[in-house]
Amino acid sequence: MNSTRRAVLSFSLMGVLFLIVGFGQSWSLALAIFNLCLISSVMAMGVNIQWGYAGLFNVGTMGFAALGGVAAVLVAQAPIPAAWAAGGSDLMIAAALTLLTIAAVVFAYRRTDKGPIRSLVITAIILFGYFPIRLYYDPAVNAIEAVNPAYEGYLGGLGLPIIFSWLVGGVFAAGAAWVVGKIALGLRSDYLAIATLGISEIILAVIKNEDWLTRGVKNVSGLPRPVPYEIDLQETDWFIGAVQWLNESALTALAGAERTAFLNSRVIEASSIFVKLCYSGLFFVVLVIIFTLSARALNSPWGRMMRAIRDNEISANAMGKNITGRHLQVFIIGSAIVGIAGAMLTTLDGQLTPGTYNPLRFTFLIWVMVIVGGSGNNLGAVLGAFLIWFFWIEAETIGVWFIDYATSWMDGGNPVRLHLMESAQHMRLLIMGLVLLLVMRFNPGGLLPEVTKRANGQKQELKEQ
Amino acid sequence: MATEFLNALVLISNFVIVPSLAYGAQLALGALGVTLVYSILRFANFAHGDFMAFGTMATVLITWWLQSMGVSFGPLPTALLALPLAIVVTIAMALIIDRSVYKFYRKKRSAPAIFVIASIGVMFVTNGIVRFVIGPNDQRFADGERFIITAREFKEMSGLNEGLAIKVSQGLTLGIAIALVIALFWFLNRTRTGKAMRAYSDNEDLALLSGIDPERVVMVTWIITAALTCIAGTLYGLDKSFKPFTYFQLLLPFFAAAIVGGIGQPVGAIVGGFVIAFSEISITYAYKKFLTYLTPDSWAPESLIQLLSTDYKFAVSFIILVVVLLIRPTGIVKGKIV
Repeated sequence: MNSTRRAVLSFSLMGVLFLIVGFGQSWSLALAIFNLCLISSVMAMGVNIQWGYAGLFNVGTMGFAALGGVAAVLVAQAPIPAAWAAGGSDLMIAAALTLLTIAAVVFAYRRTDKGPIRSLVITAIILFGYFPIRLYYDPAVNAIEAVNPAYEGYLGGLGLPIIFSWLVGGVFAAGAAWVVGKIALGLRSDYLAIATLGISEIILAVIKNEDWLTRGVKNVSGLPRPVPYEIDLQETDWFIGAVQWLNESALTALAGAERTAFLNSRVIEASSIFVKLCYSGLFFVVLVIIFTLSARALNSPWGRMMRAIRDNEISANAMGKNITGRHLQVFIIGSAIVGIAGAMLTTLDGQLTPGTYNPLRFTFLIWVMVIVGGSGNNLGAVLGAFLIWFFWIEAETIGVWFIDYATSWMDGGNPVRLHLMESAQHMRLLIMGLVLLLVMRFNPGGLLPEVTKRANGQKQELKEQ
Repeated sequence: MATEFLNALVLISNFVIVPSLAYGAQLALGALGVTLVYSILRFANFAHGDFMAFGTMATVLITWWLQSMGVSFGPLPTALLALPLAIVVTIAMALIIDRSVYKFYRKKRSAPAIFVIASIGVMFVTNGIVRFVIGPNDQRFADGERFIITAREFKEMSGLNEGLAIKVSQGLTLGIAIALVIALFWFLNRTRTGKAMRAYSDNEDLALLSGIDPERVVMVTWIITAALTCIAGTLYGLDKSFKPFTYFQLLLPFFAAAIVGGIGQPVGAIVGGFVIAFSEISITYAYKKFLTYLTPDSWAPESLIQLLSTDYKFAVSFIILVVVLLIRPTGIVKGKIV
């Protein structure tokens, strides 16, 4: 079976799965899963660019996604003038002092030679800078957090349309990636993994604790939406008209109060589906743009160079390719895509809840998507994201159903049965792990393996690396 | 003046030195596991934190069973009685995982990154098993005496303002860790198998030429790692509490300790463990009271004098890791670096 047919078949099967959920459970749920599948696909493409194209091992996806979430808050929320008045100026001074200290460190680093003197000088500068920063920073933070703490207590954002935050989220993540890349690239590959794992924990610690910026664990809710609100739709004439038209045959059979009640319930259901469809449309556009760009990049000389570096660093280096520079580049691009996806996710949720970021869900699950789908193949990453996210959500339903069935011979109050039913939701971690291990072992290329064009124009699937 | 100084000393011992020693010992045992796997199997084991949770879970379940039978260990926690059996269970698990997962990639001589991804799969599976069996919540399994010496007893004995409390779990941690480390170094330096392990770690090909059986070396490594991990997890659980997610988060300090000390070097893991523990606790400690004792009254600081809030505990280990990567990528004790 050639790769195109396999892709078409896999995505059709995926479509059938959504139809089953739509008819069996509800269309609202099917669309909710679909939207998160789209976001996960973007994230998985970000990881795929790093791992599949260049062989970089980034396990800090959670941090970059969280930065995207911060961007959504900082771009879309209305500014809070009282908070700016209370601590804005002191905070600016603290920020300026921080920049000054960093500049001094960089200057000292450039002007001194490697050795104890350099370490001493830099330590002295950091210590010397730290206390004045705290002097301005602490009162500023206290003042800002004291402004109407139950609802505000932070600086707010810029009050721009939330769509902009998708770009800004990418920029934030790219900035963080630049810093991490500068430190950890060029060392051995597992150090990058550990460094990114660390940075994502730090980013999350900052988001959770710097209440003046993001309200921390108090959450920012009620972010403005790029799509209409359900409640407004339910009062819009054309929308009610459209629902009426769609349900014409059912409505003609009813009359009076019964008819109104039926129409109302249909309008409410349809408004929720319509909003989700709007999100799907927006996310789909982003997915298509990023997919097209990265597919073009992969087939360009740049993509060829990346694969050459991935497959044999030494010979690529001998050909005059700047390995560390290219790695830094691809690391930044991939992380930026993850940041965009993170901003999209926060937009969809309508709130930033730092407590819900969990590395298993935001980092390692994305990895499972990429490996299962097929690393190095963008379509594979998308398929992996759809499949894994679908089963991540449905595993609970399936798990409960399965355990219920398997233990149906026990009586209802049996403690073993109760314990199993209660723990059914943890099955999904186990299943994801097993799926990852089995795919790696028996189908290392993934569901849609990487395809490369040979010099004679023939396509060839890479079996394993 | 002298009592002021003694008070300050006791204060800092109570809140910084004693907790750091215990935490450092727990980190050292965990980092030893990471570093052993790294030096023999040559990959960073992401499943280590969850593997530790698995070992501790075994101890907790056996402890509960013993407690239900009415067994107790006097003033010491019953968990110590459960430990030998739990270690056996953990070793069995380690060997099963190695046979079913890692062995295949070892035969294929896959790249380290492939091993790491496989270890992520193992991480998911172990994490799932632990949550499935014991649930994601906090579990307490400590019993017996809580303190070797309580703060009040110490105050009465010494007549100082400040008390020094030492928990049984802290004393046990240090004692067991020292014994284990001595045993481990004796094993690595004096026994034939230990020497084979070191040879294999230094130069795989040369070791193979000398007739060392690689599968046996790997097996012994997993056995030692599993035992260390199970003990470290149990000690950590006795000292704090057992919660699967906390154990997963310990992964970062473990890696930090192993790399800071010099990865692949057992001595480095121990040094790194204590460096990380002391920095984590001393940087997040509020020095206000300490300085009040040492300085004249008029100098008493107004703020808490805390360098970083305790929420940044995990960040500290990472910052140290970054500094070491920048200044001395080989770690304190010169480790392997490729």
